[in-house]
Amino acid sequence: MAVVLDADRIGRTLTRIAHEILERTRGVEELAFVGIQRRGVPLARRLATLVSGISGTEVPVGALDITLYRDDLMRHSIGAQPVVGHTNIKFSIDDKRILLVDDVLYTGRTIRAALDALLEFGRPQSIQLVVLVDRGHRELPIKADYVGKNLPTSLSQSVQVHLLEIDGQDQVEIQE
Amino acid sequence: MKKDLLSIDDLSADEIYRVLDTAEAMREIGERPIKKVPTLRGKTVVNLFYEPSTRTRTSFEIAEKRLSADTLNIAVQASSVQKGETLADTAMNIEAMSPDMIVIRHSSSGACNLLSRICKSRIINAGDGLHEHPTQALLDAFTIKQHKPSIEGLKVAIVGDLLHSRVLRSNVLLLTKLGAHVFVSGPPTLVPRGIEQLGVTVATVDDAVRDADVVMMLRIQQERMQGAFFPSLREYYNLFGMTTERVSRAKPDVIIMHPGPMNRGVEIASEVADGPYSVILEQVANGVAVRMAVLYLLAGGVENEAAA
Repeated sequence: MAVVLDADRIGRTLTRIAHEILERTRGVEELAFVGIQRRGVPLARRLATLVSGISGTEVPVGALDITLYRDDLMRHSIGAQPVVGHTNIKFSIDDKRILLVDDVLYTGRTIRAALDALLEFGRPQSIQLVVLVDRGHRELPIKADYVGKNLPTSLSQSVQVHLLEIDGQDQVEIQE
Repeated sequence: MKKDLLSIDDLSADEIYRVLDTAEAMREIGERPIKKVPTLRGKTVVNLFYEPSTRTRTSFEIAEKRLSADTLNIAVQASSVQKGETLADTAMNIEAMSPDMIVIRHSSSGACNLLSRICKSRIINAGDGLHEHPTQALLDAFTIKQHKPSIEGLKVAIVGDLLHSRVLRSNVLLLTKLGAHVFVSGPPTLVPRGIEQLGVTVATVDDAVRDADVVMMLRIQQERMQGAFFPSLREYYNLFGMTTERVSRAKPDVIIMHPGPMNRGVEIASEVADGPYSVILEQVANGVAVRMAVLYLLAGGVENEAAA
């Protein structure tokens, strides 16, 4: 087990991404964050707070659960259904520039499901992807627009993201 | 989850909470502009209703459609053919077309158990005779949970026709499993013998309602009554009907429930049914989310399959 990002690094990485988002965006009023359950949600909230703080404009945040859109549901005859989390998008996404936020980008299948789920809520002007860690091994043609850290991994490793809001501490580690 | 949902006894307390938590997530789908998720795409669900039903059948059908299942309604009114044979035959014929799930309502207790033995499809009991109506009890629990911090320790009064009520049996099993104190009351002719064995207290209507957190009214099921169980509907209303005066003895934050269809002026006064404590229409709204949760959870793999 090796720690690849500690609390301090995670904080600075998110601040850097917030600045990058503002650098590349004209019209902060059109921005909105949508976090993917579970750990994308607190990350989206933190980024929204940072972006609002720097720009002085309040940016809305929503939560998206992709369980019901997964492509691997009911492919096995044994085992319980995955737990369904909560979706909560209180604003209209029509014509918004959506920043979709997740903790780890891996196969890309979660993002595919998230795009399907999100587009049911309306027609945004654009959707961009923000991830804290990109560990490679894509199975679908998907690429992140903002990456906290590129982390080369082997398939046998697992990347664990711990966040204060859910796990009591901020840390990213690799497990063999 | 087991293969089928025939009785509340098929669910552990943990599984009941899993259904309620999942239903909470499903409720949001009904508030979207596009009220549909692709989860059960390609799954076929047959709704086999041998008894008239508006609420339950509509609710199941909406739940199935919101999950993108292909649904098929077979509305069979009670047939004169011998029940067992007809049902078994119908079941085998439907099974031959390999649906994934069958939702069944039947006037005979245990009809769903028969289907469960014959069919590989998942069976959901939508009410069987005087036996059980598990999804009703689940949606009632979901509704209670929206109004009360916890079901454990609540005083729940269930008043009315206890003898003919499958809603009663499923609710008692569920509520006692989650630690509620259940008091039941009804005319002596409509209180089944030995009901205390289910862990409930039989009481007068006033004792049952006093300081209750939840009051659940049951319909007088005249269509199932063979013979006279009480002198008149007017007398029934006077002795057991839920009036504003009776409700005033319950806790100030009591909620009044009824599984429907209501007989206004028989088991419940209109002022109570339409009053501030009534959550009767919330129950109907919650039915869709709870049934979506049950369909979703049952569509997965079999976990702890008992010797079938």
